[in-house]
Amino acid sequence: MTLGTWLALFVALVVTAEIVRVLRHRAMRHERWRRFFRHRTTTWGLGILTFLVIVALAAPLVAPYDPDKQLDIVHLKNHPPSWTFLLGTDVLSRDVWSRTVYGARVSLGIGALGALVAVALGTLVGAVAGYYQRWIDAVLMRGVDVGLALPRIFILLMAVALWDGLPFAALIIVIGLTSWFGTSRLVRAEVLSLRQRDFVVAARALGAGSGRVIFRHVLPNAAAPIIVSAALGVGNVLLLEASLSFLGIGVKPPEPTWGNMIADNAPSIYTAPWSTLFPGLAISLVVLSLNAVADGVRDALDPRAEAA
Amino acid sequence: MGAAWLLRRLLASVAIIFAVVTFVFILIHVAPGRPCPETVERAVCEELKRQFGLDRPLPEQYWRYLVALAHGNMGNSYANGRPVRAAIAGTIPFTLQLAGAALVLDFLLGLGLGIYQAVRVNRIPDVVLGNVTLFIYSLPTFWLALLLLLVFGEKLRWFPVGGASDPVLCPVVHSLFCVADRLWHTALPAATLGLVGAAGTARFQRAAMLEVARQDYVRTARAKGLPERRVVLRHQLRNALLSFVTRFGLAFPFLLTGAVLIETIFAWPGMGRLAFDAILLRDYPVVTGTALIASVVVVAGNLLADILVGLADPRLRVRAPTDVEVVTA
Repeated sequence: MTLGTWLALFVALVVTAEIVRVLRHRAMRHERWRRFFRHRTTTWGLGILTFLVIVALAAPLVAPYDPDKQLDIVHLKNHPPSWTFLLGTDVLSRDVWSRTVYGARVSLGIGALGALVAVALGTLVGAVAGYYQRWIDAVLMRGVDVGLALPRIFILLMAVALWDGLPFAALIIVIGLTSWFGTSRLVRAEVLSLRQRDFVVAARALGAGSGRVIFRHVLPNAAAPIIVSAALGVGNVLLLEASLSFLGIGVKPPEPTWGNMIADNAPSIYTAPWSTLFPGLAISLVVLSLNAVADGVRDALDPRAEAA
Repeated sequence: MGAAWLLRRLLASVAIIFAVVTFVFILIHVAPGRPCPETVERAVCEELKRQFGLDRPLPEQYWRYLVALAHGNMGNSYANGRPVRAAIAGTIPFTLQLAGAALVLDFLLGLGLGIYQAVRVNRIPDVVLGNVTLFIYSLPTFWLALLLLLVFGEKLRWFPVGGASDPVLCPVVHSLFCVADRLWHTALPAATLGLVGAAGTARFQRAAMLEVARQDYVRTARAKGLPERRVVLRHQLRNALLSFVTRFGLAFPFLLTGAVLIETIFAWPGMGRLAFDAILLRDYPVVTGTALIASVVVVAGNLLADILVGLADPRLRVRAPTDVEVVTA
């Protein structure tokens, strides 16, 4: 670690603190968002996520080494954490900190994009099924029943293994395509109750088309469950990607992802635990933060759960 | 919940399983990977394909598979010629053993913690436990498995690091010692799955208890002067357990999903590992067979939960209960 990387890290920390402070300050004006920040875990979760996103974006600045470079395979293999190698080096003498930082880009990227595909699809299907009802609803929901009964990890394993390592985009799409079933049920239930409400009936009476009613009137009011399932979805997709990479069929090595790093170093966990522990800790931290934020959003948008 | 309802649900379940099998069958056969590796000569490969009936048109293969399935025949493994049914039957007891142990830990620990937290809501024990369960709930199961292996298997040497039994002393269970040996080998993998599950269960149960706590009948019970213990156990817990039944059905997919990773890490000879190995070998019949069994388990879990809820709560007998927390499934 050079002075420059420490400085960059410090700046990232300050920027994070500032962002959270400003958000919190603005939130105080609204009753709902005040509830969001009421829990300390939620605030911390938001902070951790912000920090990791900043670090991922500024990876070249905060990572002292090239993530794929084998620094010195003879002398620096499995070097324990030190001031030069903050999180140690791995079995191929690569800097674990640098790989974790660059891995954040890939892992967070896949998590966010995969969840985006899943939530978008789930929302669309749920809204269409709930709004049009009748046979469209029946057909779509029976499809969702099948989707929920699919042993998802089996399907993903098959898809990925049979296609011999999918490119990035395909991996994201496959993960997204197998993750939307739960969301669509939630959204459908919400839409079913919303479409009977007066303001929706009024909009339709005024002659608004189905598309306009769904997107302008119904969905904005169903935002709470959608946001919550998006936050949880990012965590799920992240875990899924890590699992697939761990089994050796996710993102191709040497591309650093947190799952890949665990897979690479798990065999040497007894002699050099750090190179396995830190990426796992990173995954846990992100999923933990996302769950905490989801809890906060649920609290903020659903006043019924007041006691929680 | 009349017979008609049950029949309809059963038919729907069969239809779902049928759709899953069809989907898996199509997925396998449109995948670009060839069943024989590049090193095998083309002519040999063609001959092999003919032998296994892979040169036939897809609809015909599908039809043959379904007919065989109706006779209880899931085909033979390409890799070693063993009937798929035998291969699965040989691994399922191990998966059941692992999942069963994990389920017990999951429910006992999870329910206990959830109830305790709800009773002490917003006090220090609840807040501390809430953070701990949230953390454990967020751990990747495979990473927790590695962690437990490192600490309890390698450093402390309390538990074996893999396998389902001692291969020298206890290749099969034939004495009380071997039963103990089995349990000893189950401890770490079951603890991994059970702990993560218990964290989820505790969070779920706490929320369910608090939801019930707001109901009028709980206030009435308190108002008429019942002892707190009785209010919690009789009024709150009993009703909170209703939604827990639904979670029971949802535990199956979680355990199956976890099983693939956990069984691979702990060299556990269960169905998850069988499926994973078969996928890498492109052993189609085994892949389809395990996917079939897995979806049967998932569907059966849901059906069982629906029936149990219907038995326990007459209000829900008309329709299937809505999903409480499918997001994580």
